[in-house]
Amino acid sequence: MARSTGSKIAPTVREQESDILQDWLRSQLAAVRSRSGAISDEALRDDSRRFLSRFSQALGRDGADDGLAAAWDETRAMLGELSRSRAVQGFSPAETASFVFSLKRPLFEQLSRAHGTDARALSDDIWRVTELLDGFGLYTIETFQKSREEIIARQQQEMLELSTPVTQIWDGILAVPLIGTLDSARTQVVMENLLTAIVQNEAVIAIIDITGVPTVDTLVAQHLLRTVSAARLMGAECIISGIRPQIAQTIVHLGVDLGDIETKATLADALRLGLARRGLVVTQRHAAGPAPVTTAAAAS
Amino acid sequence: MDQIPILKVHDALLVSIQVDMHDRLAMQLQDDLTTRITETHARGVLIDISSLDVVDSFIGRMLGNIAAVSRILDAVTVVVGMQPAVAITLVELGLQLEGVRTALNVERGLALLNELLLVRDGVDGIPAR
Repeated sequence: MARSTGSKIAPTVREQESDILQDWLRSQLAAVRSRSGAISDEALRDDSRRFLSRFSQALGRDGADDGLAAAWDETRAMLGELSRSRAVQGFSPAETASFVFSLKRPLFEQLSRAHGTDARALSDDIWRVTELLDGFGLYTIETFQKSREEIIARQQQEMLELSTPVTQIWDGILAVPLIGTLDSARTQVVMENLLTAIVQNEAVIAIIDITGVPTVDTLVAQHLLRTVSAARLMGAECIISGIRPQIAQTIVHLGVDLGDIETKATLADALRLGLARRGLVVTQRHAAGPAPVTTAAAAS
Repeated sequence: MDQIPILKVHDALLVSIQVDMHDRLAMQLQDDLTTRITETHARGVLIDISSLDVVDSFIGRMLGNIAAVSRILDAVTVVVGMQPAVAITLVELGLQLEGVRTALNVERGLALLNELLLVRDGVDGIPAR
């Protein structure tokens, strides 16, 4: 751009950098009330200063006319970082992009002052700056979108992992608290986790707690039955607990046959049954002690 | 040709499948096992499939068949050591192995077998053979 005949963009930006920065910041801070994301004025000032100084440096280099050229690598890297951090801070894409677009007005004002009455040269310069800044604006939106998608993908993965824990609650007794709707993918993960845990803990009883499952339809019931069958093939018995009254009614209305699977209303009931199956009883050590201590001892 | 060894332990037969199971081998195992049950008057069969990591519908049905045949010959079958992946595959194939008792490992399987035989025959119920 600096090499283009008659262009005054590079010298204008270089000489008037502080003026442009002042105007730019003023317009950005004026819009501060309508921002949804949280960013301090100080951080905004710092971002603006860094962007403008990189912008000014890159203008003086070769190939500055093309926003994709190597001369702009630093600027683009800085914008990418900025846009990613704003995506995390909860800014909207429009607000993120307007960081770049709001630079146009102060820049154009300085350019028009520099060109004076030469309308032809001014419009050429304005066109070049517009092309550059539009490119950067779109780049911030693109990066913004990408980082949002990354966050969504990561959260999906985390949810899948988080929602299917298998914990050992007693020697040889596992608990699987299910939270959320059971679909085929979830069932597969639950099944794999449960069967692996059965092998690891040498478990004989697995309690599947469905307190956190909002609805049970024929499909969910089928998934549950498959999980129970697989565990049974491994030599472990399953108890389904946490069946809420409405869900019990739904199961009966739908005509779902849970076969000979043990079902209990609460996890505590299921644990009691599990302990009994293992020949364990829970007793109170002191009949009238201040702090009752419960222990489990072999029944024999 | 491969042959799966059948070991006699007290009045139970112990079969440990350590090689890749193919259809002929499964057929042969069924033949050998039924012969051995009648020969040894075994009351229990323990099949260890912990080394089996691939299973198809034929092998799955074979396990069910072996259990059914053993039952007719008055022997209880316990399948032990099934891998998680195998269990999932069998369920996906719709083979729940109804009528087959399962246990996590050989130790548990023998305990279960003893328990089942005790329930079935009683303490003094060992027939004079």
